[in-house]
Parts: sequence; structure tokens; C-alpha cells
Amino acid sequence: MSTDLSQYEVVYRRPEALTEVYTHYCPGCTHGLIHRLVAEAIDELGIRERTIAVAPVGCAVFAYNYFNVDGCEAPHGRAPAMATGLKRTQPDKIVFTYQGDGDLAAIGTNEIIHAALRGENLTVIFVNNANYGMTGGQMAPTTLAGMVTTSSPYGRDPHLAGYPMRVAELISVLPGAAYVVRRSVHDVANVNKTKAAIKTAFMVQMEGLGLSLVEVLSSCPTNWHMTPVEALRWIEDAMVPVFPLGDYKVAEAVVPLTKRTRAAR
Amino acid sequence: MAKELWKGNEAMAEAALRAGVEAYFGYPITPQTELLEYMAREMPKRGRVFLQAESELGAINMLYGAACGGVRCMSSSSSPGISLMTEGLSYIAGTEVPVVLVDIMRGGPGLGNIQPSQGDYFQMTKSLGHGDANALVFAPSSVQEAVDMVYNAFDLAEKYRCVVVILGDGMIGQMMEPVEMPPERPPLTEEQRPDWALRGAKGRPPRILTSLNLTAEGLERANQRIQARLAEIRKNEVRWEEEMTADADLLLVAFGTVGRICKSALRLARQAGYRVGLFRPITVWPFPEQRLHELAGQVRGILVVEMNAGQMLLDVKAAVAGRAPVRFYGRLGGVVPLPDEIAEQVASLAASLPGDGYRPARNGHQGVAPVVASAAVKA
Repeated sequence: MSTDLSQYEVVYRRPEALTEVYTHYCPGCTHGLIHRLVAEAIDELGIRERTIAVAPVGCAVFAYNYFNVDGCEAPHGRAPAMATGLKRTQPDKIVFTYQGDGDLAAIGTNEIIHAALRGENLTVIFVNNANYGMTGGQMAPTTLAGMVTTSSPYGRDPHLAGYPMRVAELISVLPGAAYVVRRSVHDVANVNKTKAAIKTAFMVQMEGLGLSLVEVLSSCPTNWHMTPVEALRWIEDAMVPVFPLGDYKVAEAVVPLTKRTRAAR
Repeated sequence: MAKELWKGNEAMAEAALRAGVEAYFGYPITPQTELLEYMAREMPKRGRVFLQAESELGAINMLYGAACGGVRCMSSSSSPGISLMTEGLSYIAGTEVPVVLVDIMRGGPGLGNIQPSQGDYFQMTKSLGHGDANALVFAPSSVQEAVDMVYNAFDLAEKYRCVVVILGDGMIGQMMEPVEMPPERPPLTEEQRPDWALRGAKGRPPRILTSLNLTAEGLERANQRIQARLAEIRKNEVRWEEEMTADADLLLVAFGTVGRICKSALRLARQAGYRVGLFRPITVWPFPEQRLHELAGQVRGILVVEMNAGQMLLDVKAAVAGRAPVRFYGRLGGVVPLPDEIAEQVASLAASLPGDGYRPARNGHQGVAPVVASAAVKA
């Protein structure tokens, strides 16, 4: 017995730019959601067959298994350099890095700053969950003051262990950066805004306008020791005040693109 | 084609251009900087990619990215910069993508100095970063040889999907010599790109390039694949040079610049009546161990000369396997040994060997002075 599906309208399906596999991400982690937003943007822009993904070291180390595009895996923090090598030699391709906060904001600060300074035509999806998830929840540069992690067991004391790093603000002052925003995925409205920003970021690259970076506040229920719902609430209550959402750099040439993605939403 | 006078670093850059290099990434460091500067000037003229990175870490990872696209690419650096690059080299070796790297060695450890040295021998032949991997490592002893090595390096890197290193030193990089440049080859076409290259998954399944393999069995298989390729290199690419070994009962072993200086030392020692020959490894990985093992059976003693504290010495001892006594003479910190001091060491070696009536014939030639104790390292 089969159901005739022809009378139904498809309203939700796996994007072509995602592979049909189970992911290794923890239950409730928003990496999977962010992957989907990236894949939807790639599909909608019709760039899947010319996109190359650069995975980081961290929770997203297997990102290349989930994106249905050519992909590679960079040494810890070096994704922007590796992506530079790919993009400079294949300028017709769309190259993006997908990096966590330990990868991009600690060991890879030099690489991301200089990629931005050079105005590399790359898209950077920067996922900030305030800790090193893969290694089991250690303090990251983005860990909040007072936050307990396995390597700040008494809470992060800024006088001893530094202050949370605000990446979007930092990158936005570099002249080569064309589009730098911070978004969050803690509720539907913000998920939609994140999607529009990711799409804009890819369009910035397609237009050759310079570096585009979307920082996404993301949950880590496992290492935060919270339920998925609590974790989403914690993003809003604890992270957003330290990492304010917003557009930190929208170059003049990018403004029309943001209008297009906003209208499409 | 007529010979022209070329500076080593610039000659290697020109050789790479003629070999069809499409992208160069580097970072300034003496004594290799002229190679980077030449690329900065010449690559844009040919519509190719030159990029000065923010560090050697940046440079090696840009190289890694370009290599993943199946692009002919190279970098160059000198010892402290190579130390930074070893992280990336390990990943490149683990991912099995081809790159060419020129290392113009300088004195170390630490910041050391900018004089010629051979202190990177271990680093380049034994420890390409973490894990098990080796590069195919060539040690030029003249600018012409360096040019030919760079020119052929890309084909070899692509054939074996490996790192090819040209291991020169400040002397090779800085000196000027007459060179016959090889002919210009066209860059690769899209059809010539390897079938693993990341070029966008157009009309085919996506390709993945990674050094990550979380299962023990999977990673062992990857390692076995790498080792099988390295075994092919060992079989096909071992190169060395011999001079006057036919009748030799003493053997000098030296690579690169020192190998060349030893040719002069050999002439001095021969004039002094010593039947000495020279064995110069041209590939230092793979090391030409088999031929050296054979020669060790023919000679009474071996003198290894290096501009380090005895690095290739270990490979020589392993190849000789006790068949002849092995002595070492090394200069450190960028001091280049001179032919006469090496000849003195040959005489000293001969004098130290068990007496069988062997004495040099001193037919009016300038005698070899007694050994002078110096800051040099002796083993």
C-alpha cells in the first residue's frame, strides 16, 4: 500500500548540500542546525558544485562528512590560511571555513586576523559556544567571566585567565573585512536571522567584496551540564549580554546584499 | 643553451617558474629571502599566485590548501621557519598531497645566525613533524644541481603524493654560479589535475582530503599506504655521487656544500698520497645506504664531514654497520670547513688506523699538517 504524494507540497527536506548521514554531534547541540543553515544557503545560491569547505579541529572536525561539497580538514586554527591557499589558486570557487571558538579565537587568531586584513574572499562561519567542546569542556577565550569549565574549575577569573574575546568586534575593525555580524540560534527568530546572515556572507564572497564572517552563538548542553532547552535559554540570558548580537561591519557594497537576503526571508 | 650567472636562491625560483609552479607562499627569512623576492616579482607577471604569509605557519597552510586543489605549489624558508612549518608538513604528509619546499639551512639552535649550516638534517630526514612520514629530500652541492632538483621536484611530488624538500644551505642560496636553465614548461591544465584534487564537486561525488582517521585500523591502513609509497621512493629515487672510489681505501662521506668542499679536500689528500674517495649522498632521504655499505667493505676507514654535530653520521654508521671505522669531523654555528682542514682530518684518520705499513707517499707535494685541535666536534 502506498500513499500518493503528488498531491502534497514538499515544505521541508534535507538540503542537497547536506549528506544523508547521522551526525556525531551531541543531542541538543546547535552545530547541526547551523550546518543546515549553511547548506540551505549553498542550495539557494546554487553554488554547491563549486564550493569547498575547510573543517577545523574541534567539534566540527568532521564537518566535511556532512556537507555535500568538496572538503578538507585544517590543522587547529589554520583553516583561514588553508582556505586562502585554496581560494587564491581557485578564485572561481566558493571557499568557506567552519570554525569553533578554540580553533579561531585561540590558536588561530593570527590566521583569521591576517586573512581579514588581506580581505581574502572567504566566508567564515564562526561558532561560539564559550568552551572547547570536543576535548570535554575546557576554558576557551570566549568563556564568560566566572564560568566554570574543566580547566577553570573555580570559575574563569579574568585577572588570572583573561577576559572573554569578542571576535566579531575585533575582526570588524580590519579594513579587509566586508561583512562581520554576530547572530544566535537560541530561538526561531534568531535562527532565521542567522540564516539570512550566512546567505549574505556567501553572497559577499560571490561578489568578491572581501572577508565575510558570521559569528553564531551556539549551545553546548553536554559541557554546560544543561538540558538542550536550558542551554538555549542560557545563550540568551548569559551569552548575549557579553556577546551582543548585531552587525559589526557591513561595507557599503554589502548593504544591497543584506536587503536582498532580508526580502527573501 | 648558454650558461648564465645566477644566484642560488633566484636560480631555484626561476627553475620553479620554468617547471610550471602556479603558486608560491612564503615568509621572509635570511638566507633564503631572495627566493621569495624573486617570486614576488615574477609570479604576478605570469598571472600566477604569490602571497607573503603572516608567518611560516600561515605559509605552510596556504601551501597545504593550494596543494589540496592539485595545484603545483611551493614554499621556501630557512631553519627556524622550517621548525614552524613542521606542523603543516605532518598534515600534508598525512593527507598525501604534493608540495615542494626549499630549506636554505642556517646556523642554530634557536635564532642562531644566518651562516650556512646543515643542522636541519634530522628535522628534514627524520622528523617531518609528528607521526610517521618522510619527505623525499635532495641535497644540492651546486647552484646547477639545485636548479635541476627544483625543476624535477614537482613531478616527483605529484608522482608519489609526497613532500619534496631541496635541502640547501646559506652557501647554496647565496653564491653565484654559471647555470644552464631548463626549458619552460606549461602549467598544468584542468584535465591534468589529479583525480583526488578539490576542484568543486561538479557532476561527481564530493572529495574529502584529511589526515584524520579515528579508527586504529583505518589509520593503520592510511599509514601503510604512505609507507608503501615511501618504499617506492626508496626503490626508485636513491641518488648519490662517487669520486675516486675505485681504488680508495679511505672514504670521505659528505652531503651538499660540504660534499663539494670535500672534492677539493680529496684532491689535496690524493696529492699527499692518500688513496681517498668521496661518497656524496644526493638524496639524504632516502639515504643511499646500500652502496655505502658496499664501499665500507672496501675501505679501511671512513670520515664523515658535516656542518653540524653529527647528524648524517647516524645514517652512515647504520649503513656501514661496523664494516669500517667511522670518524666524524663537524663544524658548528655556521663555520664552513675548509679543504685543508678536511685533508688534515683524512691524514689523522689514516694515522689512527691499525698499522699495516700504510703511509702516504709524500713525493714533494705539500705535506699534510698535523691535526690541530679546534672548536670542531670529533667523534
